[in-house]
Amino acid sequence: MLTRIRSEAREPGGGSEAGGTLRFTFDGREMTGRAGDSVAAALLAGGVLRFRDSAVAGAPRGPFCLMGVCFECLVEIDGQGNCQACMVPLAEGMTVRSQSGGPQVVAPAAGRRAPGQGETT
Amino acid sequence: MRCDLAVIGAGPAGLAAATRAAEAGLSVELFDEQPAPGGQIYRAIESVPAPRRELLGPDYAAGAALASAFRASGAGYHPGALVWNVDATLAVDFSRDGRSRQCRARAVVVATGAIERPTPLPGWTLPGVTGAGALQILLKAQGLVPSEPVVLAGSGPLLLLLADQLTRAGAPPKAVVETVPRGRLLAAAKHLPAALRAPGYLAKGLKMLRALKAAGVPLHRGATDLAIEGGERAEALSFTAGGRRHRLEAGLIALHQGVVPNQQVTRLLRCAHRWSGSQRCFLPVLDDWCESSVEGVFVAGDGAGIGGAASAALRGRLAALGALRRLRGDVAEDEAAGLRRDLARDGAVRPLLEALYAPSEQVLAPADDTLVCRCEEVTAGQLRQSVALGCPGPNQAKSFLRCGMGPCQGRFCGLAVTEIIAAARGEPQQEIDYYRIRPPLKPLPLAELAAFEADEDAA
Repeated sequence: MLTRIRSEAREPGGGSEAGGTLRFTFDGREMTGRAGDSVAAALLAGGVLRFRDSAVAGAPRGPFCLMGVCFECLVEIDGQGNCQACMVPLAEGMTVRSQSGGPQVVAPAAGRRAPGQGETT
Repeated sequence: MRCDLAVIGAGPAGLAAATRAAEAGLSVELFDEQPAPGGQIYRAIESVPAPRRELLGPDYAAGAALASAFRASGAGYHPGALVWNVDATLAVDFSRDGRSRQCRARAVVVATGAIERPTPLPGWTLPGVTGAGALQILLKAQGLVPSEPVVLAGSGPLLLLLADQLTRAGAPPKAVVETVPRGRLLAAAKHLPAALRAPGYLAKGLKMLRALKAAGVPLHRGATDLAIEGGERAEALSFTAGGRRHRLEAGLIALHQGVVPNQQVTRLLRCAHRWSGSQRCFLPVLDDWCESSVEGVFVAGDGAGIGGAASAALRGRLAALGALRRLRGDVAEDEAAGLRRDLARDGAVRPLLEALYAPSEQVLAPADDTLVCRCEEVTAGQLRQSVALGCPGPNQAKSFLRCGMGPCQGRFCGLAVTEIIAAARGEPQQEIDYYRIRPPLKPLPLAELAAFEADEDAA
């Protein structure tokens, strides 16, 4: 788990002005972050370490570099797959979903998400 | 869009290069992936609250002057812009707000900085394991610190700096585990007289060590055989030190084995690179004006070889002078000579740091069952097996095994793959070489690519 340093621990007021609280969901769960957070930072601050399952073995993965290099923090944001959560500033009302496995080439079975569709690699 | 000089990256090198070139009257456009200037070293420098800036220390706070000089310089600025291609004619393709555009430049300064060296260890893919840089970014950019036990493990000045900053932020690490072998200090000591010429670095290092000791943070030295344990996430780090096995329970483990140049753009442009034995990585081949083997392409900052933030700003200015010389025939010999003198002085500490903090054997020659390519999940053993089958280098390994073909495009396995193949074939790293990097430098939505018009001015 991560927490804000002491001088910044106080919950900010609502709204999206600097330091304001932003609401978003992760796999349907209501969460909050702060203006200035990346999606990855907001998830980590909310106690989420596992962002996705790997493309080959389906092993749990989470952010490694937080600077846009490692691509371990890939998530689906507002319907677009394979977004680098560490590079996307958090915005009010975002719908964030974890990714599982690699892109689906054939039509996915009913009820199964197909992260990465429409993306190049 | 057209300009005289396109600068890629808004860390100290990019900011200094853009500022100097714009002040001299060149039209400059700076492209940076982050939302605000500073790069990783001065991350959030314009918006950081005072108490956070205080605990990050004066070296960090020094970045504010670079950012404000850049803001006042008149250079064009494109934050949140991903440069995904630069071609031989110096057309820079970039994506911003979901739309790709092109900027035709007459010269380019590549200031894309450093990335952490790959640290392939057992368990390094578990959630909770990060680079040391990642924890520092969370502290700088968001004021976040661990609220559960964290162990810092590896080698390099950043490990101690991060331990010191976390301690001052009220979240001291449970332990620092250094992989620097016993006796290395003695071997590195011959560089000590030269290192004393560089201002302040050694005193800062000793001060950090004293602060950690005073805070009661245990420092394990000479650690070998690191392994991260855990099922769904990291649970503990085990290692051998002082002749016995240790196990430290921690949910967060930050690894570090130094930083290396981010080669994506210079490789994409087919700039010549040479292997550096002391930095243990490839460096672009540059002349005295920071110009690469490709005319009009300059490289400044840690992307030109690891030198730290102060050197990065100096090299940024030198690269700007190089671009002025190339584009206008202005030769600022005196200013350049002064910058080179300052660079030699600031860089005097490097041979000591490079010798002392050379990467550990375990990450250079990982065990057969350790994952090296995290994206496509390829192990060191599979790489060695492909060499046994006759694989001569990284690009063939890519075809055989898909290593380097995942979303990170080899950023996080490239150097490790070169090292492993070089060792298995008994050939120098220079001969083995590196992945061939192609556009787009990061995955793009196909719809964006389809809507992209290369030269909108001509249309």
